[in-house]
Amino acid sequence: MAGSGKAHLRDEALLRVEDLTVEFPIGRDRAVKAVSGISFDIAKGETLGLVGESGCGKSTTGRAILQLPAPTSGQVILDGTDLTSLEGPEMRKHRTNLQMIFQDPISSLNPRRAVGEVVAEPLNVWGPHDEDEQWKLVSEQLEAVGIDPDVARNKYPHEFSGGQCQRISIARALVMDPQLIICDEPVSALDVSVQAQILNMLKDLKDRYGLTLVFIAHDLAVVKNISDRVAVMYLGKMCEVSESNELYANPAHPYTRLLLESIPLPDPTADLDTTLQSEVELPSPLDPPSGCRFRTRCPFADEICEREEPQMRRVSGDHYVACHHPLIEPTETNVGLE
Amino acid sequence: MASNDLLTVQHLSTTFETPAGSVKAVDDVSLSLKAGSTMGLVGESGSGKTVLSRSIMRLITAGGATTTGSVLYRGEELLTKSSKEMQALWGAEMAMVFQDPMTSLNPVVRIGRQMIEHVQHHLGLSKADAVDAAVSLLRSAQIPEAEARLQAYPHELSGGMRQRVCIAIALACGPNMLFADEPTTALDVTVQHQILNLLAEQQRERNMTMILVTHDLGVVAGRTDEIAVMYAGRIVEKAPTDTLFASMRHPYTEALLRAIPKIDDPKQTKLSAIIGRPPDLINPPSGCAFSPRCPYVQPKCREEAPTLTPGESAGHEFACWNPVGSPEAEQAWQQNLEGGLLQTLAAAGKATATEEGATPVPVAANEAAQ
Ligand SMILES: Nc1ncnc2c1ncn2[C@@H]1O[C@H](COP(=O)(O)OP(=O)(O)OP(=O)(O)O)[C@@H](O)[C@H]1O
Ligand SMILES: Nc1ncnc2c1ncn2[C@@H]1O[C@H](COP(=O)(O)OP(=O)(O)OP(=O)(O)O)[C@@H](O)[C@H]1O
Ligand code: SF4
Ligand code: SF4
Ligand SMILES: [Mg+2]
Ligand SMILES: [Mg+2]
Repeated sequence: MAGSGKAHLRDEALLRVEDLTVEFPIGRDRAVKAVSGISFDIAKGETLGLVGESGCGKSTTGRAILQLPAPTSGQVILDGTDLTSLEGPEMRKHRTNLQMIFQDPISSLNPRRAVGEVVAEPLNVWGPHDEDEQWKLVSEQLEAVGIDPDVARNKYPHEFSGGQCQRISIARALVMDPQLIICDEPVSALDVSVQAQILNMLKDLKDRYGLTLVFIAHDLAVVKNISDRVAVMYLGKMCEVSESNELYANPAHPYTRLLLESIPLPDPTADLDTTLQSEVELPSPLDPPSGCRFRTRCPFADEICEREEPQMRRVSGDHYVACHHPLIEPTETNVGLE
Repeated sequence: MASNDLLTVQHLSTTFETPAGSVKAVDDVSLSLKAGSTMGLVGESGSGKTVLSRSIMRLITAGGATTTGSVLYRGEELLTKSSKEMQALWGAEMAMVFQDPMTSLNPVVRIGRQMIEHVQHHLGLSKADAVDAAVSLLRSAQIPEAEARLQAYPHELSGGMRQRVCIAIALACGPNMLFADEPTTALDVTVQHQILNLLAEQQRERNMTMILVTHDLGVVAGRTDEIAVMYAGRIVEKAPTDTLFASMRHPYTEALLRAIPKIDDPKQTKLSAIIGRPPDLINPPSGCAFSPRCPYVQPKCREEAPTLTPGESAGHEFACWNPVGSPEAEQAWQQNLEGGLLQTLAAAGKATATEEGATPVPVAANEAAQ
């Protein structure tokens, strides 16, 4: 992409991330440029899918929203408050509005605590301290994820399967009634049958509680299934943002098309050829290419791609792309908030 | 058994004795492969795909494991061969590519040395010839700057490159039979696509026979001649790939396909989930192992396990009393639905499937989903 720009940002958003940059210094004067000036937003009740190849910065982005660690630069505005400007105690208070669910459900739960306590953990800081009140909230959430609260209360995480532990993590995330939940590959480690159960359950919970989610995954079909909007990342940059059905039907960024064409379809008659060839290795995030970061793998790259970083432009409706030569010609240039 | 079969497996079973009881990981599996063909082996985690592949290759190393049955390779029984005889076959005749490339690469030895030693050992080449062979193998695995890569340690390569190196090593001695055990599961879709193309190309060039193990029906759909679906250690359905996708007959195959999110479905599509989870192999359910989850289940299913039986189309076999599409299945479905059986309600989208069972969907939500 790999570009910058904010044409795709909306006026009304629960979360607004602007120019987010996260670098990890290594040695004296080098840094992994994990996330480089990306902007996106999420409306209340919306699910934003974040996709891209391994190492493109999905998890780093998710964690930077929680200020874990705080980004190198940029803003993370949740409901009007810039989280990057908050100091320790204030941030901790705000963090209860943000919850995270991880890929490895079993190791993300404290193995030495019974499930009742694990789910109550977030309450110990900011929630009610009364044990009965806590249990009321905890059992409600366990029930919502289909776990029998009375059976689970005194059991330990290892006594549950991976899928059950993932549901327990979801219950723990829900117990604070957070404004935003960041799900980092929550179903990637699960079997297809359990994955389907959890995706359906997340959809139900979304409807029921109006949850706002960031859903990170590398499986594009999974992401489409759960997301209202999808953002495609490449090497620390944002390539394309769109309403989900539109993105999958009409990808405008060459990288998005490459991803979509690479998906193995459960259909023996499907075409195995990709119109885009890309045997080239992912460049190093220590020294990303100039201009458009995707240019070393892009069949359409030319001199302007090397020289100038593409900016987000609107393709149509809620569909934006950062590319000098998109597969669909943008209708407007640099509209929005710049 | 046709005479041009390279591999014929009959009644193969592998059991592990564990402190908790015996685990029948592979249970009476029979299959055969024609030279040059590819069979996809699909199933969820724990269904026995790896144990089956390793049992065929005689690569089960765990103590307390017993393998019975017969594995004929080019007409020779492998199960009675000495480990020395097997060693002569490994690499030269049969080779394996694993999900995690690091299981076959030594992390502290440069790629070049690992490859050179491998070809020297197996092919008896001189050092200089082995270096040339290593470079040309890396090239055939489409590794750019092959000479330079010889100096790299495994961790200096990307996951996709490491898998290419493993493929290069597996193919070094020109095996006739390749087992690829989830070779792309840990990789990005783009890299997966490249690696699967590489395997297909190499297979064509060398007329290799291949078993491609995966949990992804998408991976096998376009790249195999035949598919075997495993559940709880058994093959429950086997068919030429086109036949399987055109008319799947086993309820588990159908359920598995329905449970995957499809790229062409609109966002927020409710998936047809399967209730429960794969069975415990120490105490498997009685009768058909899929019966606690199957929407078509009938009393007979819980009593007697069905065996693989040929269907109408050539090469299509399935183990089910009420195969999908049969009048029996239709009747069973209707009856279960009326009886309010949770697994059928869940398959029909009238209940939300969980690992513990299912919770009925409230009527309003249910109607919206129709
Ligand atoms: N703590 C760290 N120190 C140094 N580099 C890091 C650190 N965390 C992440 N990185 C690097 O930052 C880049 C982005 O990593 P990130 O984990 O965000 O990617 P991702 O998109 O989540 O990938 P995956 O799909 O593999 O989870 C990678 O190059 C990674 O190696
Ligand atoms: N050494 C062992 N001792 C005991 N049980 C074992 C051993 N190896 C495998 N098993 C059991 O055998 C069953 C089949 O395992 P196998 O690894 O073949 O599954 P798989 O289909 O390859 O799954 P995955 O998709 O997770 O790789 C599992 O229940 C597993 O726990
Ligand atoms: S055409 Fe240029 S800007 Fe667009 S993706 Fe390719 S290299 Fe990047
Ligand atoms: S119908 Fe019966 S035999 Fe067939 S899969 Fe279902 S439970 Fe098994
Ligand atoms: Mg990640
Ligand atoms: Mg396996």
